[in-house]
Amino acid sequence: MRPSAAVRGTLRALALAATLTSPAFAADPIKIGSVVSATGPAAFLGDPEARTLKLYVDALNKKGGLLGRPVELVLYDDGGDANKARTFATRLIEDDKVVAMAGGTSTGSTMAMIPVFEEAKVPFVSFAGGIEIVEPVRAFVFKTPHTDKTACQKIFEDMKARGFTKIGMISGTDGFGKSMRGQCLKVVGDYGITILADESYGAADSDTTPQLNKIKNTPGIQAVLNPGFGQGPAIVTRNYAQLGITVPLYQSHGVASKSFITLAGPAAEGVRLPAPALLVADKLAAGDRQKPVVAAYKDSYEAATAQPISTFGGYAFDGIQLVVQAIEKAKSADPQKIRDALEATKDYVGVTGIYTMSPTDHLGLGTESFRMLQIKNGDWVLETPGQ
Amino acid sequence: MLATILRARFTPLLALAVLMAVIPLVAPSAFYLRVAALVWIFALAALGLTILMGYAGQVSLGHAGFLGLGAYGVAIGPAHLGLSPVLSLFLSAAAAGLIAYVVGRPILRLRGYYLAIATLGFGMILALVFNSETAITGGPDGMQVARLTVFGWRISGTQNWYWVAAGALLIGAWIALNLVASPTGRALRALHDSEVAASAVGVDVSRKKLAAFVIGAVYAAFAGGLLAAMNGLITPEAAGFMHSIELVAMVIIGGMGSVIGAVVGAAFLVVLPQALTAFQDYEQALLGLLIMVFMILLPGGIVPTARKWLLERLS
Repeated sequence: MRPSAAVRGTLRALALAATLTSPAFAADPIKIGSVVSATGPAAFLGDPEARTLKLYVDALNKKGGLLGRPVELVLYDDGGDANKARTFATRLIEDDKVVAMAGGTSTGSTMAMIPVFEEAKVPFVSFAGGIEIVEPVRAFVFKTPHTDKTACQKIFEDMKARGFTKIGMISGTDGFGKSMRGQCLKVVGDYGITILADESYGAADSDTTPQLNKIKNTPGIQAVLNPGFGQGPAIVTRNYAQLGITVPLYQSHGVASKSFITLAGPAAEGVRLPAPALLVADKLAAGDRQKPVVAAYKDSYEAATAQPISTFGGYAFDGIQLVVQAIEKAKSADPQKIRDALEATKDYVGVTGIYTMSPTDHLGLGTESFRMLQIKNGDWVLETPGQ
Repeated sequence: MLATILRARFTPLLALAVLMAVIPLVAPSAFYLRVAALVWIFALAALGLTILMGYAGQVSLGHAGFLGLGAYGVAIGPAHLGLSPVLSLFLSAAAAGLIAYVVGRPILRLRGYYLAIATLGFGMILALVFNSETAITGGPDGMQVARLTVFGWRISGTQNWYWVAAGALLIGAWIALNLVASPTGRALRALHDSEVAASAVGVDVSRKKLAAFVIGAVYAAFAGGLLAAMNGLITPEAAGFMHSIELVAMVIIGGMGSVIGAVVGAAFLVVLPQALTAFQDYEQALLGLLIMVFMILLPGGIVPTARKWLLERLS
C-alpha cells in the first residue's frame, strides 16, 4: 500500500523541518558511543559524565563537527548495572555501529564491556578508576582517570623530598582503601621508604583510636598515610588530632573534596593529599599549562548546568576529547586508525592531567597530574605551585 | 479445535520452541540475539519464582540473592577451587537449593508472609557479602568468570549463548510444566487456593511450600550461573534488592503461575529499557507507569488474561 498524498506531504514537511533545525551537513554523522551510570547508586559519578559528554558534543557540532561531518553521541544509561552495560555495549557495536566509545562509569561496568569492544576492534576510553582496566594493556582499551598507584607515587615523592623514610599506614577495608593499600605496598620500595606499622579499619567504624595508638607508639615513624574513601578518613583525622600525634598526616585523593574538610573540622589543618588540578582550578599558577583548559571546562560546565564541576565530569571531558583528537589526527573515522592515533597521543593537556600514551601505557598520566595540597585555614593550599 | 490446542499441556513449550527458532532468522544483528538470550535467562529465573508465587502462594523478595549465589558459584568454582565451570554451575544450583531448604524449613512452618520478610533480609545479606568479601568475590568491581566448556567446546559468541540460554529455558519450562501437572503441582495449587482445605485433604502444606521454594531457588541459581558465564563477569548488583523486585515484577506482569507468563514478563522487563532509551531521562518513571497501568487493567497478568479472552471467544 502506498502512503496517501497527505501522509507523504507531512513526511516531506517533517524531513524539511529536521534539516532546517540542525546545521546542514552533507555527510553521515560520525557516531561515538557512550554508556554511563547516569542513574542508580553511581549517579553522582555518571550524571556529571553524561552532562559533560552532551555539552561537549553539542559545542563540537556548533563549531562544524569533525572532518566536516557532524558528531552523533549515542548515550545509554546502565543504571549502575554491569549486565545492562554489557547489553548496551553490544548495542553500540552491533546496532549503532559506533566508531569509538567513551564511557564506563565504574570499574565493574567497564570490565563487563571490555570484551565487546576488544572483539569488535573498536577503541574504548573508560572513565573508571581501576588499574586492571589498563594493566595488562589491551589493544583497544584506554582510560582517563589516574590510578591509585599514581596517587601512592605522588605521596611517596613528597615524603621522600621531605626526608621521611619510615612511615605508618592506616587503610580502610573498603574497596578503595584495599586497592590503594595494595598499590602503595607495591611501589613504596622504589622510594626507599619502609612501612613500620600497617593498620586497618572498617568502613563503618566510628573510632580508630586503638589503631592510631599503635602507630603512635611505634618508634621511628616520621609520617602517616591513610588510604581511604568516605567518612573513614575524616574519623582518622579527628582521632589523629585527639591523640596529639605530631608527625605529618597524608590523606589520599579519595577525600579530595570540600566535604572532607567540613567533616574533619579543625583537625584537618596541615593534612596533605594529592588531588587533581580541577579541585584547585582558581589557585593554579599563571604559567600552569592545565590552567586554561581547567578554567574553560569549569566555566562552560557551570554555566550550562548550574552545578559545581566534579572530577568525574573531568574524566568524561578528557575521554571524549582524546577520541575527538584521535579522529582529527587520524583524519579518518576508522576504528583501527582511531585506536592507533589514541595510542600515539602525545602531550595532550586535559582537565585531569597531561596525557602521553604509548603501546605499554594506555593511561598516559604521570605523578605530575596530581597536585600536592595542604589544608590551611579550612581551605586547600597548593604545595608546589606550577610546574 | 483451537481451544483444545490452547488447553493442551505442552502447547506453551511448542510455541516457545518455535519462537526460539524464528528469532535468529529475523534478528538484524547480534545485539537482538543478546537481548533475546537475556530474556531466556531471566525467564528461567522468573519461572522458578512463578512456581513459588503462583502455586505455593509465597513471595520471595530476595530471589536475586539465589541468582547471585549461582552466578558467584560459577565464578568462584574455577577461580578459587579449581573446579570446571560446568560442574560449578550444577554444584552452585544444588548449593542454592540446599541453602533455600535450610532457610525455608523453619520459616515455612509459619503462616502468612514470613517468607517474604525472611528472603528480603536473606537477599540483602547475600548482596552485602558479595560486595564486601573482596578477597573472594572481587568486591564492588565484580569478578571475572571463566568460559564454560562442554565436551571440549568453549561456549562463546552471542549466537552460541543464545542457543544455550534457549535450551536451558526449554528444559526448565518442560520440567515446570510436568511439575505443575504432577501430584505435587496439584497439591501446590490446592494450597494456593486454601491452605485449610489443602491440609484437610491430606496435603503436607509446609513441606510442599518448602519444595516450591527450593525449586525456585535452583531455577534462579541456574539462571544466575548462565548469566555470569555469558557475560564473563559478575558484579554484586546482580544479587541486589532492585533485581529481586524486577524478578517479582516479571512474574506479576506476565501472569502468576503461568509458564509462558514468566517468559512474557521477562521479555517485558528486559526489552522495555532497550525500547525506552529515547526517553532515557524518564525511563524509570515510564517503567513504573507502565507496570501500574498493567496492574490496573490486567490484574491477572498478560498471559492468563489473554488466554481467558481467547478461550471465551472460541467457545
